[in-house]
Amino acid sequence: MSATGIGASVKRKEDFRFITGKGNYTDDINRPGQTYAYFLRSPHAHAAIKSIDLKAALKVPGVLAIYTGDDIAADKVGGLICGWMIHNKDGSPMAAGAHPALAQGKVRYVGDHVAVVIAETLDIAKDAAEKVKVNYDVLPALADVSAARKKGAALIHDNCPGNRVYDWHLGDKAATDAAFKAARHVVKLDLVNNRLIPNAMEPRAAIGDYDAGNDALTLYTTSQNPHVARLVLSAFIGIAPEHKLRVIAPDVGGGFGSKIFIYAEETVCLWAARKVGRPVKWTGERIESFLSDAHGRDHVTHAEMAIDEGGKVTGVRVSTKANFGAYLSTFSSSVPTYLYAPLLSGQYDIPAIYCEVEGIYTNTAPVDAYRGAGRPEATFVIERLMEIGARQTGQDPAAFRRKNFIRKFPHQTPVIMCYDAGDYNAALKKAMELADVKGFARRRRDSGRKGKLRGLGYSAYIEACGIAPSQAVGSLGAGVGLWESAEVRVNPIGTVEILTGSHSHGQGHETTFAQLVSDRLGIPIDNVAIVHGDTDKVQMGMGTYGSRSGAVGMTAIAKALDKIEAKAKKVAAYVLEASETDIDFKNGQFSVKGTDKSIDFGSVALQAYIAHKFTGAQLEPGLKEGAFYDPTNFTFPAGVHICEVEIDPETGVTKVERWTAVDDFGNVINPMIVEGQVHGGIAQGIGQALCEGAVYGENGQLLTASYMDYHMPRADDLPSFKVDTVVTPCPSNPLGIKGCGEAGAIAAPPAVINAITDALGHEDVRMPATAQEVWRAAHKARKQAAE
Amino acid sequence: MATVSMTVNGKAVSADIDPRTLLVQFLRETLRLTGTHVGCDTSQCGACVVHVDGKAVKACTALALSCEGANVVTIEGLANGQQLHPMQEAFRDHHGLQCGFCTPGMIMTAVDLVNRKGHDLDEATIREELEGNICRCTGYHNIVKAVDAGARAMGKGKKKVA
Repeated sequence: MSATGIGASVKRKEDFRFITGKGNYTDDINRPGQTYAYFLRSPHAHAAIKSIDLKAALKVPGVLAIYTGDDIAADKVGGLICGWMIHNKDGSPMAAGAHPALAQGKVRYVGDHVAVVIAETLDIAKDAAEKVKVNYDVLPALADVSAARKKGAALIHDNCPGNRVYDWHLGDKAATDAAFKAARHVVKLDLVNNRLIPNAMEPRAAIGDYDAGNDALTLYTTSQNPHVARLVLSAFIGIAPEHKLRVIAPDVGGGFGSKIFIYAEETVCLWAARKVGRPVKWTGERIESFLSDAHGRDHVTHAEMAIDEGGKVTGVRVSTKANFGAYLSTFSSSVPTYLYAPLLSGQYDIPAIYCEVEGIYTNTAPVDAYRGAGRPEATFVIERLMEIGARQTGQDPAAFRRKNFIRKFPHQTPVIMCYDAGDYNAALKKAMELADVKGFARRRRDSGRKGKLRGLGYSAYIEACGIAPSQAVGSLGAGVGLWESAEVRVNPIGTVEILTGSHSHGQGHETTFAQLVSDRLGIPIDNVAIVHGDTDKVQMGMGTYGSRSGAVGMTAIAKALDKIEAKAKKVAAYVLEASETDIDFKNGQFSVKGTDKSIDFGSVALQAYIAHKFTGAQLEPGLKEGAFYDPTNFTFPAGVHICEVEIDPETGVTKVERWTAVDDFGNVINPMIVEGQVHGGIAQGIGQALCEGAVYGENGQLLTASYMDYHMPRADDLPSFKVDTVVTPCPSNPLGIKGCGEAGAIAAPPAVINAITDALGHEDVRMPATAQEVWRAAHKARKQAAE
Repeated sequence: MATVSMTVNGKAVSADIDPRTLLVQFLRETLRLTGTHVGCDTSQCGACVVHVDGKAVKACTALALSCEGANVVTIEGLANGQQLHPMQEAFRDHHGLQCGFCTPGMIMTAVDLVNRKGHDLDEATIREELEGNICRCTGYHNIVKAVDAGARAMGKGKKKVA
């Protein structure tokens, strides 16, 4: 392994600009003649708009325009889309309401976009917005799924009866019911997977810039996938044709899913820029992130597990109500269906699984993919069932898992997925050693002596990443293919530019992608530039989410590098006057087999461009190649996380004392960066388990709309983490990479709740397990024990 | 409009501003020093931390006019040319940043922490003192390591940390 090649913990190339304040985020960009947009948002969860009076607001000096839904409709701007068609149990298509960028006749959640004020300064836009008079006819607010599904409930979208988007299922119901009939033990679990607000630290922002001379638009935006944004804005919303629309996603300050989607704000900024003939800039305030970024999770689930007399799991049956909020966000429909139910086999050999899901509209912010997207929800179901199953049948939770682990690969589950490689027992064994599970009984006694309760919880998670084989997802309803593209441009002096459709917003692609190139071409990583986030530079791409950039994005680069090597060998053969088949390429040197004749990569690049050693008839000059890589399977990262908590039963305060993670991500490019991804994921997972939760009041007001009310994990809420790996290379891509971005967020919540319920000896603990919730559960446990 | 004058990163600056201009707006929009970020506008997240007369201040809730005559240091003023401040170096060495958005505020807070509490900091102190800075990417694990290493390096006056 070289110092900068694959497997080395290379310090990040991108860090210099970030630690010196020279990053270039969307809000740092200003365009000449720029105006400012401020969105007037609905204060009501559900209301008809009777009238909007703009007169006083338009008189404010410095106001250039105020637009409402009528203007959007008059200009025939299309609505926002959901790009994944789900079919109901009976085969009929899902019911989806229209999603205009500015409300037309009705608002459906607090924060919905009513009007946009465009002004010379932001303060003027805000002042004017206060003078807009909207006459609302307030309708009943349906703040959660049970209210929305109640008989006779008001309709959020007229074309969606019962406020139901779909009624979907997966698996063999009859076989699963039969497994339960024959079961010795049945475990039953009711749970709520709490609603989360992603909270990337950089709020969303957009600048629409219109070039009247060319009738072309540029969008600067906080996007994880600028090409998908261009495709949707162009082909579906109809803002401008693709060749007249450039989307730039510069430095992006975290995404976690929330910046995948195409929102109202960027749509309106682009459209308004053309109308006012000047650039239009919008930067979200944090409260706007809380109100209108797509939220995550929000499932209400009943789950059951069948276990035979030998302690083997024979069936899993799950019924989930998924809250979509008021509109279907870009990929929302796929999250509680194909990103969820196919993971319900976990790491276990389970012969029968059946899952049914109701997708439901409510008067809340749209819900879509958030770090893990469906897989954390599935993992929470299966890992809570496993833990309770072990306890209920008197088995050790680790032994129970071990007994049910899948051991032979490939393994076809009853719910679509074919796991290709893994060694689940190896991860469990290593995690138990690192966590010193043997010493837990002693630590528990020590805690007991201090009047504290100590618990240990496991989570053996699996996820499907490397999203995704295009044909397979197409057959499941995806509106796009999920390949990735790369272009390798070798300059005449041998430096290299990699143009990738992946997008880095914290993942460190400028370093890891360069490591791959350095490793393959034998050149220093400082000679490699990674170009991403600009649709005028990178031809096409599908972006970064679903832990796909390593497994899919880097494989596309590797495929293009294969072509570069093949072409460079031809050039080297002419230069070295040898047969192409006799050319070896190693450590950046092309050499002729069995001779001392060689030439370095940079010199070959120069020869490719000056083209003096071959004719045009023999070989095309230049050294530039591209590749589109479409994966042949999902990848299946898996691992075991062990959480140890100490609880003060008097206050309910839970402290995470120890955290051990052993993950199998396949081959690792940069261990330092991978560990960082795991740390961050665990923190978000602990956040979900212990402190984070979006709360809507019955009237549909978001009660957790600031950092005073929404408890983000802070440094003193978390421990240091013990993180390690086991490696089974992924067989479906040449780099053997599985992906690591979401693992922590998927693994952590059940590990925490399993530890807390272990400590309390009581299973009914809801997330977030705040001090109050844990105190309540501890109290109830003591009361039950006394009875 | 009102006139405000202060010293920012060692340079005297003066401008006519709307009196309601926040310090962070003055830095970002008037002076185009965009390293100081706004993450929450309510002094919760700490992405906007700068030093005003040697103390850490959340620039999103301070009026620029309240800093009349003050000596302000932002993330852009921390390095000595190409020579990074030891805390900046420590963040890079320990992978204490991912998306980089919280990083300027995190580093400015860390430097202030060392100025107040010294160079030998235990983990609990670092974690408690970072309470006012939110990071969504790192889980704080490497930030804590970086602050510890940066604090020690500041003590030694050395550039590199172990």
